[in-house]
Amino acid sequence: MAETIIETLPPGTRLALRAAPEPAARLSGAFGVVLPPPLLTAAHGGKRAALRLGPDDILLLAEEGAAASLLQALAAVPGAGPVSLTDISHGQIALRITGPQAGELLNEGCPLDLDPATFPPGACTRTLFGKAGIVLWRTGAAVFHVEVARSFAPYLRALLDEAAADLA
Amino acid sequence: MSRLPTGGRIDRSRPLQFSFDGRQLEGFAGDTLASALLANGVTVVGRGTKYHRPRGILTAGPEEPNALVEIDRGGGRREPNTRATMQPLFDGLVARSQNRFPSLRFDAAALAGLAAPLLPAGFYYKTFLSPRGWHHLWEPVLRRLAGLGRAPDAPDPDRYANRYAHCDVLVVGAGPAGLAAALAAAETGERVILCDEQAEPGGWLLSDPQESIDGQPAWTWLDDAVATLRAHPRVRVLTSTTAFHYGLQNFLALAEILPEGSRLRERLWQIRAKRVVLATGAIERKLLFHGNDRPGAMFASAARTWLNRYAVLPGRRAVLAASHDSGWQSVFQLQDAGAEIAAIVDWRAAPPPPLLEEAARRGIEVLAGHGVTALPDGMLAMPRAADGTLIRNRTRTLFCDLVLMAGGWTPTVHLFSQSRGRLRWDDAADAFLPGEPAQNVVCIGACRGTDDLAACIAEGQAAGAGTSLPPRVQRAGGLAVRAAVTGADGRSFVDPQNDVTADDIRLAVREGFRSIEHVKRYTTTGMATDQGKIANMVGLAVVADTLERAIPEVGITTFRGPYTPVSFGTLAGRHRGVLFEPIRTPPLHDWAAAQGAVFEPVGLWQRARYFPRPGEDMQAAVARECRAVRGAAGIFDASTLGKIEVVGPDATTFLERIYVNALANLAPGRCRYALLLREDGCIADDGIIGRLAADRFHVTTTTGGAASVLHMMEDYLQTEWPDLRVWLTSTTEHWGVIAVQGPRSGEVIAPLVEGIDLAALPPMGVACCTVAGIGARLFSVGFTGERGFEINVPAGHAPAVWQAVLQAGAPHGITPYGTEAMHVLRAERGYIIVGQETDGTVTPDDVGLGRLIGKKKADFIGKRSLDRPDMRTTGRRQLVGLLPIDATVPEEGAQLVIAPGSATPLGHITSAYASPTLGRPIALGLLQSGRVRIGTSVFALGSTGTAAPVKVVSPMFTQPAGEGENG
Repeated sequence: MAETIIETLPPGTRLALRAAPEPAARLSGAFGVVLPPPLLTAAHGGKRAALRLGPDDILLLAEEGAAASLLQALAAVPGAGPVSLTDISHGQIALRITGPQAGELLNEGCPLDLDPATFPPGACTRTLFGKAGIVLWRTGAAVFHVEVARSFAPYLRALLDEAAADLA
Repeated sequence: MSRLPTGGRIDRSRPLQFSFDGRQLEGFAGDTLASALLANGVTVVGRGTKYHRPRGILTAGPEEPNALVEIDRGGGRREPNTRATMQPLFDGLVARSQNRFPSLRFDAAALAGLAAPLLPAGFYYKTFLSPRGWHHLWEPVLRRLAGLGRAPDAPDPDRYANRYAHCDVLVVGAGPAGLAAALAAAETGERVILCDEQAEPGGWLLSDPQESIDGQPAWTWLDDAVATLRAHPRVRVLTSTTAFHYGLQNFLALAEILPEGSRLRERLWQIRAKRVVLATGAIERKLLFHGNDRPGAMFASAARTWLNRYAVLPGRRAVLAASHDSGWQSVFQLQDAGAEIAAIVDWRAAPPPPLLEEAARRGIEVLAGHGVTALPDGMLAMPRAADGTLIRNRTRTLFCDLVLMAGGWTPTVHLFSQSRGRLRWDDAADAFLPGEPAQNVVCIGACRGTDDLAACIAEGQAAGAGTSLPPRVQRAGGLAVRAAVTGADGRSFVDPQNDVTADDIRLAVREGFRSIEHVKRYTTTGMATDQGKIANMVGLAVVADTLERAIPEVGITTFRGPYTPVSFGTLAGRHRGVLFEPIRTPPLHDWAAAQGAVFEPVGLWQRARYFPRPGEDMQAAVARECRAVRGAAGIFDASTLGKIEVVGPDATTFLERIYVNALANLAPGRCRYALLLREDGCIADDGIIGRLAADRFHVTTTTGGAASVLHMMEDYLQTEWPDLRVWLTSTTEHWGVIAVQGPRSGEVIAPLVEGIDLAALPPMGVACCTVAGIGARLFSVGFTGERGFEINVPAGHAPAVWQAVLQAGAPHGITPYGTEAMHVLRAERGYIIVGQETDGTVTPDDVGLGRLIGKKKADFIGKRSLDRPDMRTTGRRQLVGLLPIDATVPEEGAQLVIAPGSATPLGHITSAYASPTLGRPIALGLLQSGRVRIGTSVFALGSTGTAAPVKVVSPMFTQPAGEGENG
């Protein structure tokens, strides 16, 4: 069985967008991804992605250093209506878990059904891994993107590393 | 040696060495410890709890009550109470018997049954209810006599894992019914998990190779079935895995024990299944007769397992004591394997003719309508009278070294009962069978009362395919268990591990216990490590018989998880040591650690408590840090404060309803110290609300309140005020917060601030600017009573900004300070800490903050409660300052009284410190009518009983540096 690889991803821009579907849709052009994606799925294009984590809860991911310009551009969209945009770039850290056993590794601490039939590529959600809250996004059949709060990242990484060692 | 030359499922090409009580022995791969012991002729493996009578291996399964041993795997891996019947043999296994003194063969406590007449039923209750002091006499004796095994004393070095899994069908039990169910479910394409507690799938088939299935020998069918399932991509087969708990919504917990030498020792599986198929089998019942606990007495089914699965002949000359058909076949097979059969003693006057004919054909003597009692080297058979007693004038002596007991079967309904399914008594099965299910679960095979192999397969196929089950099929029969215990010898053991006899239960009933739950607790029957798997049905029958009631009228005790014992390691998983809980560190942690800071845990956070210089103790370091803040400038990591971004057109309305303060008049660019109450009017949290724009606020919470305040806000927003257009986003971890405090704080940061006129930033102001080139939110607030700032920068940039501030502050003598100095500084100013000065019973007015309440507001959380008479009474405990007269720092938590001898507390000390600013100890406290008592003295009662006088003063020990109230 091929190895399961856990990587800490480089810093990126994260904006918490809270908006009803219609106002969110008006921001599609400025962000470069069609908003909002269907519930609990991610839409992405280029270096940008939008994860719909709740009815009005969208996590925008973008290249590092784009926060200020993105906030400005999104705020400038005419008639966008009441939305909340908050920079949380430094509040989270991203991991990528790759390998045919990535789902099994995640099920060490995540209680969700990660079978590709129920959690296919493109699916995303807030969930738990052990005692840490995470955002889980399946970017490929055997690839998961994990967002975790900054101070929980060492715990999450240590737990994943120990579990991964036992998978091998 | 009792090992047969051929047969069994052991691998004779892989001999394994092991030891038992220091004796070096040999077994084979595929053995359990129990089978290997029997193969080596070891028949005494432990001693009873109370009487210390020698005990042998009673069963071949998880229900084993006697063969509990200590396994020592080296390096601190010592586990007590391992069931030898469930422990796969491995090379180098070290096992020791338990509960014997000084040795297994000679046990002091068993001499003349020393303890026997002294420990009747309910002994423990009677002892501990008897006159004071009596139990002191008995306790040391009981502690030595009672209990099993030694708890390990070294940290467990093994690794344990957890796994969540989902499936369409979870099949518990890989006997013929379970295998058939898994095969059928797999054919439909469903996701299937099949688990079995044994190291090898097969269940009873492993013990019964003479059977055939679909025209194939049982073991050929078994090997094919297992191979098919293991190869199936949608099927997971888990062996050595016990489903021990059945929760709601088909959520089951399984404990998997990995093979010796694996990286992991055990794994907890938590499985959500769309449907569950229970094929958990049945456990044989013992018969009650004198000597039924002796080594050499074992279940007839166990003997068949030893013989067929492990190729072990458990005895040379056997007696069958039976009240049920099923034991006869075991005796026939033992005879075929070379054992002598002394006799078949059947409680029943007329066993079924086919069995009698077979026995006659084999030349085995049958004593029908008889019972047995123990002799030193065999059994004495006697006719049973109509009342079940033995007729002592017509005896037959039966020399034997093996007594097989066949008392019928108890279906293993534990998991079904845990699933909240109803049990119903079935006269034909003479057992409680699964009745109406409460979840999506079906029971098949022996746990449903079916004993016919073909019928088990058919039930499995139906259950696996999800179609309705065919009717239950029962071929064998026997004497009802209640009739079988009638007249039984009082010395017969019902619970062999807890040493409960038939007379103990009868005594309990005579003493007035009627409920089976009470009898169980009074006698401790069924409360041993097997949790009643051996004792419950027989004990229930004795109660029913003594009360002259039917078994279902007496009822049954509740089945609770775990089904069999589960190690703490499995339950804890990886949550131990540094992974026990997340250890959260703020962005400046590494810098603080490099400086030699001493940390303290605050919730999950590690915070720098103080920064000792060489030769400094905590008091000296804190005093130096405090003086630096008061005299020049200090720098402090406040990153752990909770932060919530509140955005939307209705943000002001929302916050006015959440906090007590008036906020509509808060201008953008200004901050306010705010209080949050619970519905009961007591303080829940505090923080700073900074207004960034008409529709955007930056709200801080206490470090500990970050999650709960956000949760409370979301709760109100989503359930009470869904009409408000406002959104909450946690920014706690986005912002690193650098507090710069002290009279020279402005000078320190001035060269670093760009984009605003710092001099124009008023106290309690907030501005967006850059600090050291990094985009920042700059708050002119503090928690020290000095002019101060809190610089919020993105967490990743915090270390660089911190360094820049340190550098800029160096000429001014800037000093890093920790949480301890922060506590002292705020106490000198009379600022409260939520959770220290407040304890869930404290209102804003109690701590002198009533002025924060927006008087004109229509409503806010807790407003109504503040109007209750109790909340307005004059006798409430109020925050005061306390100056100890004898100049020692009083204890936090000390009670305050009016006079040294008073037993009526008027309040307590909430915080106490040595104040470097005042050069004396200070304390804050909550004191009844405290504000009225200012100027008087009270006494603080220390934990050692000393009463120290303290002067009541205003909590504001020092005057503010000309700024508004903040926090």
